[in-house]
Amino acid sequence: MKTNRLGHWIAILIGTLYFVVPLAATFEFSLRKLRGVYSFEAYRVVLADPQFQSSFTFSVGLAVVTIVFGMAIIVPMAYFVELRLRKLRPFVEFVTLLPLVVPAIVIVFGYLRLYNSSSILPLTNSTLSTNFLLTCGYVTLALPYMYRSIETGLRAIDVRTLTEAAESLGASSGTIIWRIILPNIRSAMLSGAFLTFAIVIGEFTFASLLNRPAFGPYLQLIGANRAYEPAALACMAFMITWACMGIIQVISRNAVAAHP
Amino acid sequence: MSFIEISHLRKSFGPNTVVHDFSLSIEKGEFISFLGPSGCGKTTILRMIAGFETATSGSLHVGGVEMTNLPPAKRNVGMVFQAYALFPNLTVAGNIGFGLKIAGKERGEIDARVAELLELIKLPDLGDRYPYQLSGGQQQRVALARALAIKPQVLLLDEPLSALDAKIRVSLREEIRALQRELGITTVFVTHDQEEALSISDRIVVMNQGRADQVGTPSEIYNNPATRFVASFVGTLNLFEARVVDPVAGRVSIDGQPVVTARDISAYGIADGATVALRPEALSLGGGDGDRNVLTGTVEEVSFLGAVIRVRVKLREARVSLDIFNDPALDLPKVGMPAAVSFKKDDLLIIDRD
Ligand SMILES: Nc1ncnc2c1ncn2[C@@H]1O[C@H](COP(=O)(O)OP(=O)(O)O)[C@@H](O)[C@H]1O
Ligand SMILES: [Mg+2]
Repeated sequence: MKTNRLGHWIAILIGTLYFVVPLAATFEFSLRKLRGVYSFEAYRVVLADPQFQSSFTFSVGLAVVTIVFGMAIIVPMAYFVELRLRKLRPFVEFVTLLPLVVPAIVIVFGYLRLYNSSSILPLTNSTLSTNFLLTCGYVTLALPYMYRSIETGLRAIDVRTLTEAAESLGASSGTIIWRIILPNIRSAMLSGAFLTFAIVIGEFTFASLLNRPAFGPYLQLIGANRAYEPAALACMAFMITWACMGIIQVISRNAVAAHP
Repeated sequence: MSFIEISHLRKSFGPNTVVHDFSLSIEKGEFISFLGPSGCGKTTILRMIAGFETATSGSLHVGGVEMTNLPPAKRNVGMVFQAYALFPNLTVAGNIGFGLKIAGKERGEIDARVAELLELIKLPDLGDRYPYQLSGGQQQRVALARALAIKPQVLLLDEPLSALDAKIRVSLREEIRALQRELGITTVFVTHDQEEALSISDRIVVMNQGRADQVGTPSEIYNNPATRFVASFVGTLNLFEARVVDPVAGRVSIDGQPVVTARDISAYGIADGATVALRPEALSLGGGDGDRNVLTGTVEEVSFLGAVIRVRVKLREARVSLDIFNDPALDLPKVGMPAAVSFKKDDLLIIDRD
């Protein structure tokens, strides 16, 4: 019993060290830009860099568009699968997992072959259409996470009976999704949205190969050319991700509190 | 033509036909129950009336209008589900007013109608609550009010009381019936509980494997069951395979003992087999006067059920159960005692069909 518990503590300790030590070291390093004193100078430099500001804004914008676009596609799909095609559920689940199996580099090469400037649909010809292509890529990347969150939300309510109840009261499909389904899966959608946000902010492969000024390539650029700033950026990226996770936690806890 | 005309409705799921050639006419303002065991197709028929399932063949008219293939949203039919199905994101008032809001009614009109319905379901102060803050019985009343708010031409209830505890089940069914009478709304009520169906219906449709075995008033169903299935599903029943002795005089023998029925058995031949039945409450212990039929045997079991005492008597081969009212002054029959059981000639039911 006693040795058993000791074993647990050792396992937890090793796990914690594995994650915390490199982070702590990175953070410590990021504070050493000025010789001899700890300071936030590296952070100041990064935040003041116009390229940081523009690439971060660009990625935040992309993340928002990805979330809206992705939800607009995935919510109705997941709803109709739950409502009428439950037998297809394993198949749909498999399809939504594919982006985790196919590497991003393969997907983006596929895009470049299909949509290059000499193809039938030359999306890479203009900035706007390339951004659109990038958004589509991000929706694909986020698909497994968004679909899973939304599906969990849908399973928590009785989609079929609620739909039928609303139908018999005269509601159309659009009204039902908007007034009944969406409000009841709001917290599930929010967790999907924050996961998507975290993915899009740090994404490198798509943005780099499609040559868009996103935050991921900027991180890479700084990492290759500076000493202390990459460490500062890495810490900031962690903060953003953790903030997203924290918000998801709070949302899901509130959702539980509201419907015990 | 009646208010609701269901004719030759059939429904198959793949190779399984779950509703066979179902026809029924329902008058305006009538309270009809579909009664039958689980899986006999009650819900499927109700869902075809609501429009959630499309009939494989047959037709449905309500108020003279063909409804067979109309989508649910266009039918103006109110539906109450077993699981309440209130919208969790809306308040009680929001739930009740939902149909009116969809229909584009004005705020004032909606509020007035919601208040009226809250009054009707006796929850006038709970408009601001959310469904999860209500008990099961309260939720089901709100569901009822929500269905009634749009003034539907038909009210459909699918086992609305099955999820509630016994006490509330009884009081709510009486409330539903009182409301239905007050509003005069044509109602179809699905249940597997025979007592529920008998107590609140104008007419009952007894369903058996996707067919209507019998349609009739509660007393017709109870006193003159058309089939063996109806007889055994509705109420408790002693069934016997009797032999016809004299079809004209109505004489048959049960387990070798001669009895007389007042019912018409002239269609039978001498020595034909016939299924006959006796209700436990139609029987009494002791020989009675000369006008009654008497069966003799020995007491096999005595069970105390509260208001009544059920006694099982073994005849020669067959067994018969009877109910006597509990009375502290009464001497209970003892197991192993010889006993005579008597009943009126009227009370021997003849079950014609299987
Ligand atoms: N959507 C469906 N697909 C296949 N079979 C179904 C479906 N709905 C009902 N059934 C079958 O139809 C039969 C009748 O079901 P139902 O109408 O729900 O019975 P009840 O309400 O009397 O219990 C059952 O055997 C059930 O399995
Ligand atoms: Mg049912």
